[in-house]
Amino acid sequence: MRRVALALFSTITALVMLLSFKTHSSTASVPVATAPAVPATGDGTSSTGSSSASSSSAGSASSGSSAKAPASSASATPTTKTVTGDAIDTRYGPVQVQITVTNGTVTAVDAVQYPQNDPRDQQINSYAIPQLNSEALSAKSANIDMVSGATYTSDGYLSSLQSALDKAGL
Amino acid sequence: MSIDTEHRRPVETPRTVHVEHCMGTAFTIDIRDAGRWDAAIGEVIGWLHMVDAVFSTYSAGSDISRMRRGELRLADADPTVAQVLELCAQAQTRTGGAFTAMPQGKLDPTGLVKGWAVERASRLLTEHGAVNHAINGGGDMQLAGSAGPDRPWVVGIADPADRRRVVRTVSGRDFAVATSGTAERGRHILDPLTGRPAAGLAAATVVGPSLTFADAYATAAFVLAGDALRWICEVDGYEALLVGNDGMISTSPEWRAEC
Repeated sequence: MRRVALALFSTITALVMLLSFKTHSSTASVPVATAPAVPATGDGTSSTGSSSASSSSAGSASSGSSAKAPASSASATPTTKTVTGDAIDTRYGPVQVQITVTNGTVTAVDAVQYPQNDPRDQQINSYAIPQLNSEALSAKSANIDMVSGATYTSDGYLSSLQSALDKAGL
Repeated sequence: MSIDTEHRRPVETPRTVHVEHCMGTAFTIDIRDAGRWDAAIGEVIGWLHMVDAVFSTYSAGSDISRMRRGELRLADADPTVAQVLELCAQAQTRTGGAFTAMPQGKLDPTGLVKGWAVERASRLLTEHGAVNHAINGGGDMQLAGSAGPDRPWVVGIADPADRRRVVRTVSGRDFAVATSGTAERGRHILDPLTGRPAAGLAAATVVGPSLTFADAYATAAFVLAGDALRWICEVDGYEALLVGNDGMISTSPEWRAEC
């Protein structure tokens, strides 16, 4: 029980910090409903601004309505939020991810931007992005700080993910 | 952008992360010391872009491109060019020619420059007082100090055939990890001894104290393939992990999961 309370506390701390996080990019924020938690899908729910913003752009974060609530009410409903990472330029085009966090745990990673300039890119991304999603989630759970041997695109992807995780305070 | 999470996670390790796009890839600077590191990170970013401006083989105006066209002599180039070429010569000697700054007979120190730039950047951060940090340049990284109190840095080595998997992890303090492979699109590592693309391995990872040499050695190990482990045994302080085209993993005798 104590553990649960601590987890909730850290979630709320993260949410409060996210609310106070200054947004200064054109990246759209994505409102996500509160309980029950439904991970957002990447395509369609988020429109992104200029892809050239690269590392200087801050992503935006939105949270459920319980963000401002004290711990007592937070214990009643699970909180879900989405956080968009920085848009990272790679040799093949910009890569940007959005994470869905439910009660302090990453439940989904979606690519909101990825290179799709030619059919080859689309072919590669159609399998690379889902694979990277599971890779990212397993790397996070294995407490791995960095991965050696990533491709340019996946490196951009992981960098964007890292910035999203950092913004989420995870 | 830099994110200072120090006040956000009072019980956990403070963290400042910056991602910078440079040299056609992404650099991640991850500092685990408390404080504001804007100035230090700014210096590192400036350094990385300076290196790119001098050493880029894509930019026609770089010192390297001008030297290739015979428009610039070494003596007139940025002083870092002579330093890097000296390091390349050392790497060439230590790898028995499996690494060279002249693949295809053209000046191209790219195989060592990124590792060297990251290692120097890491030293800059340490000089600024950020003694616990990691810098990852496109999958090659220098790690300084530790990831947190009582916690070493943990680096996963990606499976070249299946990115969902990490084949091994290596953890420790003050070390470097570099991986060469065919997974990156458009990248072909030529065997300088045959002039043909090396095809004996899926990936080669080298761990050791300096990313400058780990980067060059990973390229050499990839080229040497079946002879790489015998060769790396002769190199003090560096170990290798090879992933074959069949997915078989082999490591040098002194390879440790913790270094």
